Amino acid sequence: MSQRQVLQVFEQYQKARTQFVQTVAELASRPQNIETLQNAGVMSLLRPLLLDIVPTIQQTAALALGRLANYNDDLAEAVVKGDILPQLVYSLAEQNRFYKKAAAFVLRAVAKHSPQLAQSVVDCGALDALVICLEEFDPGVKEAAAWALGYIARHNAELAQAVVDAGAVPLLVLCIQEPELSLKRIAASALSDICKHSPELAQTVVDAGAIAHLAQMILNPDAKLKRQVFSALSQISKHSVDLAEMVVEAEIFPAVLTCLKDPDEYVKKNVATLIREIAKHTPELAQLIVNAGGVAAVVDYIGDSKGNVRLPGIMMLGYVAAHSENLAMAVIVSKGVVQLAIALSEEPEDHLQAAVAWALGQIGRHTPEHSKAVAVANVLPKLLNCYLRADATEDLQTKSKRSLKNNLQKCVHLPALEPLLHDAPPNILKHVVGQFSKVLPHDSKARRFFVTSGGLKKIQEIKAEPGSALAEYVNTINNCYPEEIVKYYSPGYSDALLERVENFAPKS
Amino acid sequence: MAAMVRLHRQTDQIVEESYQRKNEAENQRDKEFVAALKVQAWFRGSRTRSYITHLNSSANIIQKRWRGYLGRRHFRVLVKNSVLIMKLNHYNEKATKIQKMWRGYYIRKYVFNYHSRKRYLEALQIKNEIVRSELEEYAEQQEQIAYRKREAQEAKKREYQARKYHFLISTEVIPGIFNSPFLPYPSEKEYILRSVKPLVHKKKKPEKDPYDPVCRSYDLPKPMQLPPLPEKPQGPFRDPSDVQKQRYKPFQQTLRVSTSYTALEEARQAMKAEEWVTRLNDNTFVPFSKKDQRYEPMLHTTSQYGHLPFGTHFYREEFLDKHIVPQVMSMAQVFHFEVEILIPDGIHLKVHFSNITICIQIIFYFR
Repeated sequence: MSQRQVLQVFEQYQKARTQFVQTVAELASRPQNIETLQNAGVMSLLRPLLLDIVPTIQQTAALALGRLANYNDDLAEAVVKGDILPQLVYSLAEQNRFYKKAAAFVLRAVAKHSPQLAQSVVDCGALDALVICLEEFDPGVKEAAAWALGYIARHNAELAQAVVDAGAVPLLVLCIQEPELSLKRIAASALSDICKHSPELAQTVVDAGAIAHLAQMILNPDAKLKRQVFSALSQISKHSVDLAEMVVEAEIFPAVLTCLKDPDEYVKKNVATLIREIAKHTPELAQLIVNAGGVAAVVDYIGDSKGNVRLPGIMMLGYVAAHSENLAMAVIVSKGVVQLAIALSEEPEDHLQAAVAWALGQIGRHTPEHSKAVAVANVLPKLLNCYLRADATEDLQTKSKRSLKNNLQKCVHLPALEPLLHDAPPNILKHVVGQFSKVLPHDSKARRFFVTSGGLKKIQEIKAEPGSALAEYVNTINNCYPEEIVKYYSPGYSDALLERVENFAPKS
Repeated sequence: MAAMVRLHRQTDQIVEESYQRKNEAENQRDKEFVAALKVQAWFRGSRTRSYITHLNSSANIIQKRWRGYLGRRHFRVLVKNSVLIMKLNHYNEKATKIQKMWRGYYIRKYVFNYHSRKRYLEALQIKNEIVRSELEEYAEQQEQIAYRKREAQEAKKREYQARKYHFLISTEVIPGIFNSPFLPYPSEKEYILRSVKPLVHKKKKPEKDPYDPVCRSYDLPKPMQLPPLPEKPQGPFRDPSDVQKQRYKPFQQTLRVSTSYTALEEARQAMKAEEWVTRLNDNTFVPFSKKDQRYEPMLHTTSQYGHLPFGTHFYREEFLDKHIVPQVMSMAQVFHFEVEILIPDGIHLKVHFSNITICIQIIFYFR
């Protein structure tokens, strides 16, 4: 046998390896194949190929492994148990950039599933290697490394702290300043993942000077980048007043509001979240947002969007209104209540209705003026309906009840209270009747109207336990009217009359 | 004496009388006793009663005085307290009035100024309107940009379609399908087809690297063409003698000719041979017959407290009487023994015995 024939065997083998690994990588990109691949024992076949002498085969094997690990956590666990990670980490420092990218992809895919898997990635020393990759010249490698770091950090505070301790934050901040959009996007998302756990972590990110660079990118035309930027800013500002003030000091304010009109839904949602996180801290910050016209913009945004995207806007209105009556008035003046009423009737989902109910409660609890604004929007019957609905969740029930209570205790707008007399349960009725008992003794017109609209009759039909607050209120109302009228409207009066007719003996 | 006679005459009468009196006294004695008792009882009783009444009235007087004193004292405190409360209420009322006025004034002046609130809310409404209109404008602008983008894309698509179906254009002689001879003028499509050039099919180049999922996006930049060289400089030239020398220099074999024809192969062979000899294999050799047999260290060379230098320091048993039966000698001991025998011949010997053959040769040598 000639030498060539011998060598041909080797060549064939190499070709076959290449082809095998490429095909596996391609097959692994479709989820429906993965089950079959795994059953065929692909993991144990790919592992030696990671050590192959041909770099292309190594890279493609890493890619295939990454795709497999990406699929579900069982496969990711198989990668961890197969002792593949230390080797990948080792080669992250050694190999060329293509291999680094693929290896970082595998680490990302493994770390994505659960905190335990991410911890195992950290345990094999991946963080240092990934941080070194962030210093690489190639943007693709940086991107892959930032992505993996973000996925590791997103699980819990400990992992995020580990990422911070590895010194990733300054490099991620540098990555934001790179010209490549995708790199910026991923670095911003990684920063957001790091900040979200605790004030200390957020402070670390702020200390690295991230806010100024993030604030610069607010007006970037790329929607996906904006999503991540706003998410990062809101994660920073959610922790404490100081952090929120630092975000505000980056002069984001009038500029952010334009993004509420962005065509992309997630951008809108993240912007609203950012505004909410800032507004919730102090009255001063809320006032700043109100003065910048933020409430009007948010109200418009609630009107424009549907479903879950509305939620942060609704909560923002609630937070702003909760701070002081002045701010609540600002919300009312910006037509927030009307928009909330629309949202309450449009949204079928319970958690959104609960949020709207909460926000309305915060608006109406300050003064009669406020609660009148809420009552005029015809919200109270809807809230009552939310409370009484059979399929309402417990959260919705408690929220709508508290909201009703807050509003009713301040409300002196009697026409809005009338309908509640007819179908409110006793625990709500108590507050309604209480309001009537406060207003009627001092208002003759209202007394008259109360009789003609049938309210008095309804009051007489209430069976209040003697000695309870409700009975006292009913008594107070009855005292406002002459006795005959009260009797006339009490149930069973006709029987009493008939009895009198029977007992009456005609004279002569 | 007469008296005496009189008396004497009256003696019986007197005795009679005395008896009578005595009897009467005897008869009345019980009665009198009871009466005296009654009188005494009454007297004593009334005396005691009057004494008790006296005591009672005295006690009443004391109590009256004392109670009066206490009551007056209590009343004084009560009056003092109620006056205090009255004063307190009065002053509180006044203070409330002052506070009310002050608070009202202060809040109206500094905290809740109705007019400034009203002005603020009006200003806020105006601001809101401004923000709304600005946002509206911005949204419209965005919409227009998107619309223009979409339009451009569609135009491009249309043009591409027209170029793709350019063959449907009518020629001088044969009307195309968009140019019906029965219509007064050709359809719009025909004009579009006329305005574009047909699509030229590019020749498909075979890809150099048919599949490399990772490398594709990050090619190194292609080498640019080098800039043209500047014109050749004229002179100064070399010394003519130098040139002459170069021209007529003796024939020199090239390196290729002067070296052996198969030098490269030889060198390769030599390198290969060297590599073959020095080829290293890091893997620990695992016999395939007994795969899972673990390495067992020797009992002599290891102990719980570390390595025993057996065979290097201790050549023989230290405690000979340790075993009853003589032990089999180890190889090192054999060598040692033989060397010890041979040394008395007077030849100094320093050889490290590591091999049986060497040992045997040495033995022969000394014989």
